[in-house]
Amino acid sequence: MSLQLTQMEKSNLNEKTIQINSVKFHWSNKSKFKLHIPELSVDKGEKVLLLGESGSGKTTLLSLICGFLTPLSGKIQLNEKLINDLSATKRDQYRSDNIGIIFQQFNLLPYANVIDNILLPLYFSKLRSANISNQRETAISICQSLRLPEDVVNMKASELSVGQQQRVAVARALIGNPPLVIADEPTSSLDTDAQTIFLDLMFSQVASSNSTLLMVSHDKSLSSKFDRVIDMKNVSVKEQ
Amino acid sequence: MLLKLTFNSLYARLLTVGMTVFAISLSLMLYMSVEKLRTSAYTSFTDTISQTDLIVGARTSSVQLLLYSVFRIGNATNNITWESYEDVINKKEVAWSVPISLGDSHKGFRVMGTNSEFFKRYKYRGEQSIELEQGKNLDDLYDVIIGAGVAEKLNYSVGTPLIVSHGLQSFSDHDDQPFKVSGILAKTGTPVDNTVIVSLEAIEAIHVDWSTGAKIPGQITPVEEIRQMDLSPKNITAALIGVNSKLQIFQLQRWINEYPEESLSSILPGVALQELWRIVGVVENLLLGISVTVIFTTLIGMTAIIFSSLNERRREMAIWRAMGASPKVVIGLLMLEAFIISVMSIIVSTVMLFLTLYVLQPWIDNTYGILVNIEMLAVKDIYIFMLFIIAASLVSLIPAIRAYWFSINDGMTIKI
Repeated sequence: MSLQLTQMEKSNLNEKTIQINSVKFHWSNKSKFKLHIPELSVDKGEKVLLLGESGSGKTTLLSLICGFLTPLSGKIQLNEKLINDLSATKRDQYRSDNIGIIFQQFNLLPYANVIDNILLPLYFSKLRSANISNQRETAISICQSLRLPEDVVNMKASELSVGQQQRVAVARALIGNPPLVIADEPTSSLDTDAQTIFLDLMFSQVASSNSTLLMVSHDKSLSSKFDRVIDMKNVSVKEQ
Repeated sequence: MLLKLTFNSLYARLLTVGMTVFAISLSLMLYMSVEKLRTSAYTSFTDTISQTDLIVGARTSSVQLLLYSVFRIGNATNNITWESYEDVINKKEVAWSVPISLGDSHKGFRVMGTNSEFFKRYKYRGEQSIELEQGKNLDDLYDVIIGAGVAEKLNYSVGTPLIVSHGLQSFSDHDDQPFKVSGILAKTGTPVDNTVIVSLEAIEAIHVDWSTGAKIPGQITPVEEIRQMDLSPKNITAALIGVNSKLQIFQLQRWINEYPEESLSSILPGVALQELWRIVGVVENLLLGISVTVIFTTLIGMTAIIFSSLNERRREMAIWRAMGASPKVVIGLLMLEAFIISVMSIIVSTVMLFLTLYVLQPWIDNTYGILVNIEMLAVKDIYIFMLFIIAASLVSLIPAIRAYWFSINDGMTIKI
């Protein structure tokens, strides 16, 4: 029994959610900004903080991982699947099946209610909706574990406070248990106390759905809360 | 889900969307009312005279003969003699005939001499006959019956005396022989409304002291003497003719046109009306063109509104994309929006049109004599609606394709 567990843990450790090899990207030959990442990997179940100054290519890297952009050369693998060869439509499908995304702010469709916002990814992903038997109940229970007030679920997204909106964004990113959650500075619009509460809630949700978390920030003080910290300076190579 | 969210999104922009819908509805309504008025005007116009098979007059063009004999516009080039008229009506094909004599006027309204057959035989809008609303028929030599329009504009009632002027724009009056209103006709919506009707004998009577269009100097025949005279008409301007069998119309028409003793023309009113409508039709095409342009303009307006909302909705597009929506879905969302706006506009415009028609119908009928038929939407209207929806969706492709490029290039970076 214990042997089996350790084996599972081992396979968990060996399994890479993100694996990037010698990826190069730039918008055009004239542009100054060139991104070159020789190697970067994130293990399954890991909580990783990606630190970097603005302009260091964090967002571009996220766009590459999410399949919005394709690298000029190199390999990007998610769950051991090479995604940069996929067609645009397949990349969109892959993203909705496997990645929950949390933006810095304005995550939600302002005119839709909270429930509809949370359930939106399930509309595009059969895989994720298959993980859930009762969509509405699941959405409500995630909201509860994120300590959102009960009456919030039927409110319009635009009526929520910024902190509440960010928590709803977490609920949306995690519904249907996607293997990877990508968060682009989700705490930058929150004050310090709210940041801590938000991160704790997000971590517990990520853990309960067995997802891997890659969060981008420029705030080094958050480092202690993560399994591993990657600095853009160390993974990307400056090119002239 | 997508439909619900699109509705939510439109509802969130209620004011802008509402104004757009209203603008489009107005233009669609304009188009539909022009179209309705056009068809109704056409029907009213061609319904001016019915059941008359031939109109006979002096040799002239068919449109001109129709204009002066039915619409009282313009002048007859010549009269026809009573003998020719009798030759025509004595043909065995002729079932009935109404002689009419034109040329004089009263305060701008045409005076028409005819006989009692006119009231029996003149039909409009299919089966409708002219009816007396007040008063009685032409009993006395100096009786006149006036159309509803004449009575209304001159404020005449039964018993009002009136003087007939010689010609159409002359200052010489037949003031020695005053007339008196004996009856007023009900409104017909035809030129009869603006006609002063007297007997053929009265036309002869007022011209006793006239010769070749001028008053004979010094000669005034007393009224009593005139009443004793033989006033049977020597000339008439035109005649309406009905035949026994429709098959005989062309035969009779040819006979009249080839009548050797006098140059006569005979026309089929239906054909002449069509010819005339083709001339009037230029105006209706112009109207139609204008309303189509208005629709086109509002379509461009709608596109502009969708366009201007794109920048503020770039964030929204990014959210859709992050959820896994392909750029095609983004295009679809915008087209769906345009589709919903155009369908709502169609509904609103139809409701507005029928309400307006319902309210205005009696007024239009009274004022212009055009009976606008309020019927449910015709197949043609449905075609127009479908065409409009397709056009709206196609036009919305322009902002949609722009949104497509936004959403492809933005990726994770979102410009606000």
